[in-house]
Amino acid sequence: MRLRGRVWKYGDHINTDVIFPGKYTYTITDPAEMARHALEDLDPAFAREVRPGDIIVAGRNWGCGSSREQAVIALKAAGVRAIIARSFARIYFRNAINNGLLPIVCPEAVDAIEPGEEIEIDLETCTIHCRAGAFPFPPLSPTVRSILEAGGLLPMLCRRLGLPIPPEAFFPTGEAKD
Amino acid sequence: MGPQTFAQKAIARAAGRSEVAVGEIVDVRPDWILSHDNTAAIAQMFHRLGLRRVKDPDRLAITLDHAVPPPTPRHAQNHAEIRRFVAEQGIRNFFEAGRGICHQVLSEEALVLPGQMILGADSHTTHFGWMGAFGAGVGRSEVLALWATGEIWLRVPESLRIRLEGRLPFGVTAKDLCLRIFRDLGADGGLYRSVEFAGDGIRTLSIESRMVIANFMAEFGVKNAYLPPDDAVFEWLAPRRARRTGEPVEAVRERIAANALYPDPDAPCEAEYRYQLDELEPMVACPHSVDHVKPLREVAGIRVDLAFIGTCTNGRLEDIAVAAQILRGRRIASNVRLLVIPASSEVLQEALRRGYLEILLQAGAMIEVPGCGPCMGNHMGIPAPGEVVISSGSRNFRGRMGTPDAEIYLASPAVVAASALRGRITDPREVLLECGA
Ligand code: SF4
Repeated sequence: MRLRGRVWKYGDHINTDVIFPGKYTYTITDPAEMARHALEDLDPAFAREVRPGDIIVAGRNWGCGSSREQAVIALKAAGVRAIIARSFARIYFRNAINNGLLPIVCPEAVDAIEPGEEIEIDLETCTIHCRAGAFPFPPLSPTVRSILEAGGLLPMLCRRLGLPIPPEAFFPTGEAKD
Repeated sequence: MGPQTFAQKAIARAAGRSEVAVGEIVDVRPDWILSHDNTAAIAQMFHRLGLRRVKDPDRLAITLDHAVPPPTPRHAQNHAEIRRFVAEQGIRNFFEAGRGICHQVLSEEALVLPGQMILGADSHTTHFGWMGAFGAGVGRSEVLALWATGEIWLRVPESLRIRLEGRLPFGVTAKDLCLRIFRDLGADGGLYRSVEFAGDGIRTLSIESRMVIANFMAEFGVKNAYLPPDDAVFEWLAPRRARRTGEPVEAVRERIAANALYPDPDAPCEAEYRYQLDELEPMVACPHSVDHVKPLREVAGIRVDLAFIGTCTNGRLEDIAVAAQILRGRRIASNVRLLVIPASSEVLQEALRRGYLEILLQAGAMIEVPGCGPCMGNHMGIPAPGEVVISSGSRNFRGRMGTPDAEIYLASPAVVAASALRGRITDPREVLLECGA
């Protein structure tokens, strides 16, 4: 599988309070509306201009702070397919996988990629292709891969328990299977 | 296998295995699954998936704390849905609005015990490391999966060791120690790690101070934190546990101690750091990150508008006690509002009994219902755009308290109280000396 998209680039320690503000966590529950507030305190242009397939490239400790899963879902609903970072906060990393948003750790690519450029992520060869060249990243563990391939933790749970997987709308997460 | 870390031992126990290796991914059955106001969203999804019954309702703990009492009909409806879910599933460990913040309440109720594992849909679940339990934050989907199956995967983390020696000097607290660690090692200095404290200094710390450390380590990026439990921990927990079970305190105490886990002395660790507690001084985290830390002396004098003592990090009795000590017989500065939110109803009652609340009220403070309050910007004391806040909480990210245009400084409750008194960021040692402490 290959993902191709335009890059939004951010710095270190981008926290969940700016990715999706805490004041909305019990009042905004519709993913499309969540997407309209994504990153609003950091970069108001993001929610206006983000396009499906876009990729976020960031520095260290992306997603630190609260455990709120909305910080993944808001970006997923905004169309973001993958985040490439120097490192991820651990709960954010788990939330991303569990919602089918691909987290990739690749400091070399983060250095090389320019904001706004089109890049490609090849999941078979675990390589990022950008203007500056090709950068390999470490493969995900089999456990993590199987969750991503199922489209997230909840679809995987449904499969395991023999439940029908409910319509896509309930999984702002579910389209990671192409 | 060789010597083991605490994390290895705790994860092995929760996985029903004799041992696990660092880096291995294993399925665990945590003893406790925690959720709070976010329970309603998880419950909705639970039903939407067609799930009917929680696998083991007695392992769930649910508190209402993030927006209590509810500020809007939407928040109130959220609570109402949670109450319905609790009744439908027969969940006994449910704590109503007003009882307090989840981590404090589950500690006071002695639900979680040393050597156990708790996974919670809250990042500060690291808190339970104060007693030598394995506490880690997870997401909502994971809590749902835990409700349904009782199990989840965890990667066995590498460990960091932080050795504490000596004793905290006058006017310096566990909060200052943590801020110093963040300054030295960065907000991701403990990323993915089990941070395991060691050293004789731990014994000199009160139970409440140990809670500060394990709780605040969430801001260090750790998976879990660990302080080795000693007699003080067992003595704190035993009567509380005995109250629940009706057993004799001594028997409960022995059982709790027997289940405690300790890392092997030569357990592997990626790095070891050493802090001499006597050498620490008051520290402040400046806007807008928790590792933007300076010694208080470098920021003393900055004017503040709102002073906040509360949160699961620093809203306990010793925090309110030091504020009362600083403000006894005095009034806060006219340019400041002081908010005090006890972390639990137990803390509130004890502060009332000891006369602290009266002192604080006479000094001009507002006292509010136990809960998270304005910590995450929900309600009960949001700063105005352009205002400066000094808070005893754990996060000062831009927008954290409800407006991106406020500046939040984080410090110990002693610093917050002294700053409320003077209207400017103030070293509490100056004021404490004046009160003859
Ligand atoms: S007090 Fe603040 S940090 Fe603690 S649980 Fe509540 S919102 Fe989270």
